[in-house]
Amino acid sequence: MSVKRAARIAYLLLIYGFLYLPILVLVVYSFNDSKYSLEWRGLTWDWYQALLDDPDLWQVALNSALIATLSATVATVIGTMAAVALYRYRFFGKTLLNGLVFVLMLTPDIVMGIALLILFTSLSLPLGFWTLLLAHITFSIPFVVVSVLSRISGFDRYLIEAAKDLGASEFQTFRRVLLPMLAPAVLAGWLLSFTLSMDDVMVSFFVTGPSFEILPLKIYSMVRLGVTPEINALCTLMLGVTLSMVLVAQALLRDRGT
Amino acid sequence: MKSDAVIELRNVSKAYERHTVLRNINLQVRAGEFLTLLGPSGCGKTTILRLLAGFEQADSGEILIAGRDMRALPPEQRHINTVFQSYALFPHLTVFENVAFGPRLQGVRGADLQERVLEALRMVKLEDYSARRPGQLSGGQQQRVAIARAVVNRPLVLLLDEPLSALDYKLRKAMQIELKQLQRRLGITFIFVTHDQEEALSMSDRVAVMNAGRIEQLGTPRQIYETPENLFVARFVGEINTLFGRVVAVDPPYYDICVHERIVRLKSKFIFASGDRVNILIRPEDLRIWREHEGSDEERATLFPAAVEDVVYKGSTVDLIIRLDNGDRLSTTQFFNEDDQAIVNLDFQPGERVFVDWVHDWEVILPHED
Amino acid sequence: MKTREPFKWVAVGTIWTWLALFALLPNAMVLVASVLERGQDQFFAFAFTLASYRRLLDPLYLSVLLDSLYLAALTTVLCLLIGYPFAYLLAQAPARRRALLLLLVIIPFWTSSLVRTYAMVILLKTNGLINQMLLGLGWISEPLELLYTTPAVIAGMCYALLPFMILPLYAALEKLDRRLIEAAHDLGAGRVTIFRRVIIPLTLPGIIAGAMLTFLPALGMFYVADLLGGAKTMLVGNLIRDQFLAARDWPFGSAASAMLTGLMALLMWAYYQSSRRANRGALP
Repeated sequence: MSVKRAARIAYLLLIYGFLYLPILVLVVYSFNDSKYSLEWRGLTWDWYQALLDDPDLWQVALNSALIATLSATVATVIGTMAAVALYRYRFFGKTLLNGLVFVLMLTPDIVMGIALLILFTSLSLPLGFWTLLLAHITFSIPFVVVSVLSRISGFDRYLIEAAKDLGASEFQTFRRVLLPMLAPAVLAGWLLSFTLSMDDVMVSFFVTGPSFEILPLKIYSMVRLGVTPEINALCTLMLGVTLSMVLVAQALLRDRGT
Repeated sequence: MKSDAVIELRNVSKAYERHTVLRNINLQVRAGEFLTLLGPSGCGKTTILRLLAGFEQADSGEILIAGRDMRALPPEQRHINTVFQSYALFPHLTVFENVAFGPRLQGVRGADLQERVLEALRMVKLEDYSARRPGQLSGGQQQRVAIARAVVNRPLVLLLDEPLSALDYKLRKAMQIELKQLQRRLGITFIFVTHDQEEALSMSDRVAVMNAGRIEQLGTPRQIYETPENLFVARFVGEINTLFGRVVAVDPPYYDICVHERIVRLKSKFIFASGDRVNILIRPEDLRIWREHEGSDEERATLFPAAVEDVVYKGSTVDLIIRLDNGDRLSTTQFFNEDDQAIVNLDFQPGERVFVDWVHDWEVILPHED
Repeated sequence: MKTREPFKWVAVGTIWTWLALFALLPNAMVLVASVLERGQDQFFAFAFTLASYRRLLDPLYLSVLLDSLYLAALTTVLCLLIGYPFAYLLAQAPARRRALLLLLVIIPFWTSSLVRTYAMVILLKTNGLINQMLLGLGWISEPLELLYTTPAVIAGMCYALLPFMILPLYAALEKLDRRLIEAAHDLGAGRVTIFRRVIIPLTLPGIIAGAMLTFLPALGMFYVADLLGGAKTMLVGNLIRDQFLAARDWPFGSAASAMLTGLMALLMWAYYQSSRRANRGALP
């Protein structure tokens, strides 16, 4: 019995080790005071300092943050409205819309990337800020819809009627009942969209041009040239952003309002 | 046309796609009355509530509330409130804020609001729970909050959609009494929906028994139980035995009816002709069982010979399943009666020969329905 | 009624417009592009041809295609074999600890695959951690060539995609009604029979969903092949990218992409069928 238990725990640990060890090594080496070797030469902040001193990198990071903030916000507004509509109303093409949202989520990034590239080229839109923004909003929407829809489906389906019964207008029902109850899921959807946008390589690869560089693509071009402590530091920072966003999002999604 | 009805439905019909849920409903609800819509699921009772609340629109007919036609009015503008089956309490608001939801929308603020909400909570004995969230309350407490949240708006009519169905038996019984007392105290008209006939009979001033989109009978609980107007009502409201008979002689309001080769003389408010086929309905508690040694031969000639098929001991009563010699099965309820030496001993055995009759005048005679 | 629900029309209108414009239209354009001829100074010439699809069967490209399918299939199977027992243990863990254990899978799920692939490079480099350790332990006398090999690409893809396999498997296994397993035991089924006849069929939708989330990206993740496999064109993803950015043969790239979409449709159909079967006759 206890052997079995030990085997189970060992297996879980093994897989968690597989998932986390490489990341851990990356993080540790971002603090290593050695430029070329993997030998541990002591703790240093030099690589982070180097990142801070790089004005180009600052611009690229700001570009990414701007795209992530804007795309997450627009996707959250559209996705939340879509989820509420999917939950509350019957309308023409509802099943199709539901299916489309899931198909969009499953579409391989590369397929979406070249499809949007063809669209933007055909419309003669110059590749850069706007095309990137449109693309990021598009791949974020399904995640917001699913996040909000899964929370809203857990509600008592008579809550909206109860609000109206007590005298609330359509707007008051949205403002005082629906929105506060959805708030955690909406916020979680925003955070996840932000993360998706900050981390996306494949779609962005096709839909942005040299005029507008973003962090994941910058990292990609750096990484292709080899391993450096600066990249380690930059990747660690990216990991930190993702980690905090995901932790907050998960805490919000877990809260069931009790 | 003026009437004392606070709610009036005239020829109301409603269908979902091709499925008709209400057919030509006519109903008047008096001010201050406790009216129950009773029926099996799918009979249309909840649809009537939803039409009154404004969540659905009738296909045809008129709905008048306090004499005003309600059809164009959205739910938020109707002076009616609902207690939902699932309570539908707002999970993100405290008990206080749940109850304050309606008054706030009406512009009540400050001390007035505080007082009104607390008064409503006091009424349902929950004044100490105002800071809690619905998720922290028991089912019974949530039920009370739902009631407080509705009555705090002082509605003209309160609609209750199977509000007790989620509670366990004991709590349900207690809430039945409380609800009835509350209704008397507030003087608000209650329209209560249930599929539980016992609940309907014990709480209501009047009961409307519904089936397949129609009101089968509207009357006091006593009328519904003792003089059902058709077989559906008779069978839905409590257990009942049906004996088949044929009218052989007519002397209104008395009729000689041939039942299993015996002639019985019975009274009916219906008009029958000689030769009509009828159903004689008898509640289990109105059947009398005679043991083999009881009664004289003369008495026995009018009784129906039968055998005990099963004996079910229920504490305060003993239920017997009786098979008449001609094959009909009857169910009877025998009360332990300490004053009556003859029945004090209810130790019937399966297979035992008995004789059956009933207390005349307690039966109901209805035309035969195929 | 319609006039009282402006919100409905705004919400439905917005999402439909967006998806039509940025999801349906572009994908339709890919399909159209895949049957057009290559243009001289434009990317396309408006003449119908199936040449691009025929070129997919050209031995040169077919071998890339088959290699990529093989790599993706191998990755999927490996993830399934590693992930299924893991998800099973996760679903059986006590509820209190389960939230944390699950969170530890969700974090890598959301973490940039590029960053995680890069972390893999650090480990596998010639003077990377694994070689250093093996040298230090004296198990090898000179560093192994780990990076820029096919196993490195497979390891990298498994590493990047394992969370995408585990989460749907977990969702399916967590939903699994324990009483069904007890009932099967009660009816005399052995452990193998229960696994084969009860657990697998009921979690099949989760297996297919996981396979979908692993297999399709494994065909496309060109940066994993770039960073871990060297400059060779190994994946359909590399092929498509090169057609769009280097060779400038957009119709051919579109045809390859349309093929991926076709594969996705096939997997979704399989998912739909299996979930219908798993849910049939379950709870009302």
